[in-house]
Amino acid sequence: MIRKVWRWMVIIFVLLFLYLPILVLAVYSFTDATNIGAIRGFSVHNYVTLFTTPELRSMIAGTVALALGSALIATVLGTMGAIGSFYSRKGMASAITTMNQVPVVNADVVTGFSICILLVVVLGISKDTYIPLVAGHVTLCAPFVFLAVIPKLKQMDPSIYEAALDLGATPFTALIRIVIPQIFPGILSGFAMAVTLSLDDYFVATYTKPATFDTISTYVVNATKGAQTTIKTALWALSTVIFLLVVLFSAVMNIRANKEERKTV
Amino acid sequence: MHRHTFSRKYLGIPYAVFLLLFVVAPLVVLIYYAFTNGQGEFTFQNLTGFFSDPNTLGTLCYSFGIAMVTTAVCLLLAYPLAFILATSKLKGKSVIVLIFIMPMWINFSLRITALKEILTWLEGNLAYHPFLNTVLGMSYDFLPFMILPIYTTISKLDGALLEAARDLGAGELQAFLRVTLPLSLPGIMSGVSMVFLPAMTNYVVLDMLYNSTYIMGSLIGSYFAAYNWNGGSMIALILLGIICLFTLLTGGAEEENTRGGALL
Repeated sequence: MIRKVWRWMVIIFVLLFLYLPILVLAVYSFTDATNIGAIRGFSVHNYVTLFTTPELRSMIAGTVALALGSALIATVLGTMGAIGSFYSRKGMASAITTMNQVPVVNADVVTGFSICILLVVVLGISKDTYIPLVAGHVTLCAPFVFLAVIPKLKQMDPSIYEAALDLGATPFTALIRIVIPQIFPGILSGFAMAVTLSLDDYFVATYTKPATFDTISTYVVNATKGAQTTIKTALWALSTVIFLLVVLFSAVMNIRANKEERKTV
Repeated sequence: MHRHTFSRKYLGIPYAVFLLLFVVAPLVVLIYYAFTNGQGEFTFQNLTGFFSDPNTLGTLCYSFGIAMVTTAVCLLLAYPLAFILATSKLKGKSVIVLIFIMPMWINFSLRITALKEILTWLEGNLAYHPFLNTVLGMSYDFLPFMILPIYTTISKLDGALLEAARDLGAGELQAFLRVTLPLSLPGIMSGVSMVFLPAMTNYVVLDMLYNSTYIMGSLIGSYFAAYNWNGGSMIALILLGIICLFTLLTGGAEEENTRGGALL
């Protein structure tokens, strides 16, 4: 009995630590208070500000576009890399795997700074072209796509591909119609990871973005240094919206996973 | 006839070229800049400068301090939780685990903003407890990355080993200390490396919580702001050295890849 109480206390304590700040902020985002602790009336003005201020809207749209765009490029590159290295000779495969591991273990500060030095300082590519930013985010994300696809390739039954070749399919057709569908769950979870990594990134973006462009992270960090309260409280609303989206997305994924589990049983 | 025969291994070429261009080449340039001065002359000045300046050495120590305390706090919170979750027989356990992982997917700067508002309310002025606030902020940010690998490792433990230990007369505590804990070490190691290294470099958490002391990451940030590529490269290189050392120590070959928030 005592043990059970202890267990629940640990669970509840960590839950409070992880969620209390976000939940309190969510409650206050629906008031016209400018500080936590002040008791004020209900208001949705933060949400109105969030969705009507052009600066905030373009920042959100830019972040999403950057995440989807660089995740797409990263997914294509990472998937091709995984298939290529999986069927290459050992030396080539381990060379790719080793290089792939560098951005994974490296600090984002170092990744961002080194890409900035090469592309902007040495090669003189202007940050305004968005090339350094997209290159940086693809470099950040592609290795995780690679790591998500490799296990699916290992699980695959190689005889199906060979059967397709025996039945007259060209290697390319067999790749598209046999290999890709079988590793698709890996590609999809790699893409999802790439999107979340790009959305969360601050460091690579700071070192490579054009001065006029902001992602959510760079915007929030700069906004908290200033003292503009309307923007500050509008960001509470943004935090709440993102929190609800994450909850919704997790719930949908979980329900779908449960359904599939039941199908296979 | 078979001039352009397609083979699956050719698919790796674009990615290999990409990695050479955006992973290897930047590192080469980084090394070049770290060992030259503003005029492009070869020098050890950046390296010796770092290790002879009390300020930068202090920064290195402070980063280690922050990182070690943060890692310890995360471990103390994450291990009991991961253990309880992994060994419980609750229905719908995957949903509960998901709840602990979900914060990974919420933008970290917004989460730190939330924590900052709470801490300001509790403490009045954040400037009174910079170290405490930073450790709280980092633990709050990185905790899920510690929970997930430990939970995964303990869940995969072979229950028969624990039964065997009990059959052979081990008490519950002894079975935990001599079977579960050593076998969960790979998970702990992977969690530690997910928390320790970001805690040395993520200077935004300090900035946002008004801690004006520098950590290693802040040095890169300040050199970047001053267009001092050579000094910044040397700091980046020193950080890379620490990361390599750390990866070797924790047996970095861990295939577990939790940073992107592995979808459950």
